[in-house]
Amino acid sequence: MRNRKIQILILFAVAMVVMLVAVAGHAGRREFWLTPPKSETEDYMVPPPPFTEGIFPCSECHADITPNPKRRELKEEHTDIQLKNHAEHERWCLDCHDLKDRDKLRLVSGEQIDFNHSYRLCGQCHGDKYRDWRMGIHGKRTGEWNGRKEYLLCAHCHNPHNPRFQPIPPKAPPERPENIR
Amino acid sequence: MPDKETRDERIFRLTRRKALKGLAAGLGALALPKKDASAAVWKSFFQKNFRELSRAEIQDVVSRLEKEYSTRYGKPVKVKTSPPMEGVLYGYGLDLSRCIGCRRCVYGCVVENNQSRDPQIHWITVLRLDKERGVDLEHAEQYYNPANVPEEGHFYMPVQCHQCENPPCTKVCPVQATWKENDGIVVVDYNWCIGCRYCMAACPYGARHFNWKKPGLSAAEMNPDTHYLGNRPRPVGVVEKCIFCMQRTREADGKYPACVEVCPVGARKFGNLLDPESEIRFVIENKRVFILKEDLNTQPKFYYFYSV
Repeated sequence: MRNRKIQILILFAVAMVVMLVAVAGHAGRREFWLTPPKSETEDYMVPPPPFTEGIFPCSECHADITPNPKRRELKEEHTDIQLKNHAEHERWCLDCHDLKDRDKLRLVSGEQIDFNHSYRLCGQCHGDKYRDWRMGIHGKRTGEWNGRKEYLLCAHCHNPHNPRFQPIPPKAPPERPENIR
Repeated sequence: MPDKETRDERIFRLTRRKALKGLAAGLGALALPKKDASAAVWKSFFQKNFRELSRAEIQDVVSRLEKEYSTRYGKPVKVKTSPPMEGVLYGYGLDLSRCIGCRRCVYGCVVENNQSRDPQIHWITVLRLDKERGVDLEHAEQYYNPANVPEEGHFYMPVQCHQCENPPCTKVCPVQATWKENDGIVVVDYNWCIGCRYCMAACPYGARHFNWKKPGLSAAEMNPDTHYLGNRPRPVGVVEKCIFCMQRTREADGKYPACVEVCPVGARKFGNLLDPESEIRFVIENKRVFILKEDLNTQPKFYYFYSV
């Protein structure tokens, strides 16, 4: 009788171990299809910012110019840049571009950031888009659905000075069935 | 022996049974491959349904197809048979508040998935709808061709295979040449399909397309990275459909489908429905989502949503 009990106990123990191993193995296997957790400070994979050719670094010209913090309309340089549909009456250049270091952008807090972190600047006002962008919902995502993802900066699709998405010509419509032979 | 019986023995009497036998044998012989029949033709003729093939047989089939395609297109062609991944159920999101109807996805798909260029086959149809009417398919226009998109007063809704969880198309197939895989992708075995087009009639999304002619696919345009159940070159007389670019997505480092990568406004989202951190799960849990023709209980894994 006692032998029987011990046998059952051993059998039970073995079954538990097998189950544990199976669960652990499964947990180990899950990792490759689950999105790896992302820390708050982690950088996003972005291509270089879409500068007009030859314009960066800005300090190449600005190093010799005394900065003028007075709000004004630029008459001599950068006349092609017009703020449009982007709170042009409320803001001007130095609200986003840094006065002291022209190769940097400037947050409201005064923090200087690189151009390839410009999403933080945009995210100051467009918080809901910023959240969606980080989640991979707003904007285009390329790369791997279960791994490394490539992001685009806001400025790759939206001209920061005129952010509305510009209309583009569509590709050819499908052939009508009557024309398919 | 009476005269009648002797006569019966000597002359040939055509009974109904004999006639039917002969007819069946004759028709059967007609259906067999003839003169130009090489070993490969015979092999493909007697190939079993893909789901009944053993591992060794699959290897056989793949090497035969790779050889055939490589000769036909003059470059090395890979035919993959990657099975569904465990723990993966693919889901697709399409942002109707972003789509501008530019049709980049339609042609990106054609290039990736080796559709026939002539006669033209598109797996994605982009519908133009009126903002005033909303999703009213009776007033949908697919032949719109303005100078620029988006147009005032319109929105756009691309439609492709919805990879239904309860697919009507697979149920009507008389030969079970189409089925739903474990990762949710509905596939067609082009070697088993008999071209009856019942599935096209059953599909409520118009997502299945028929090769009326030998597909017009030039060697230069052919994408050599193919999957047996996916984008390998199709023969004439079979049905084809969107397969979520399984040659790209069914990998440990799986790329996004071609339509997701090509979309200039980022309206297309793709991911694993079983992964709580995936993009598609975020969409479903946080955005306004609808599925097309919900009342048909097809349970699509293709979710339209509005991000704003």
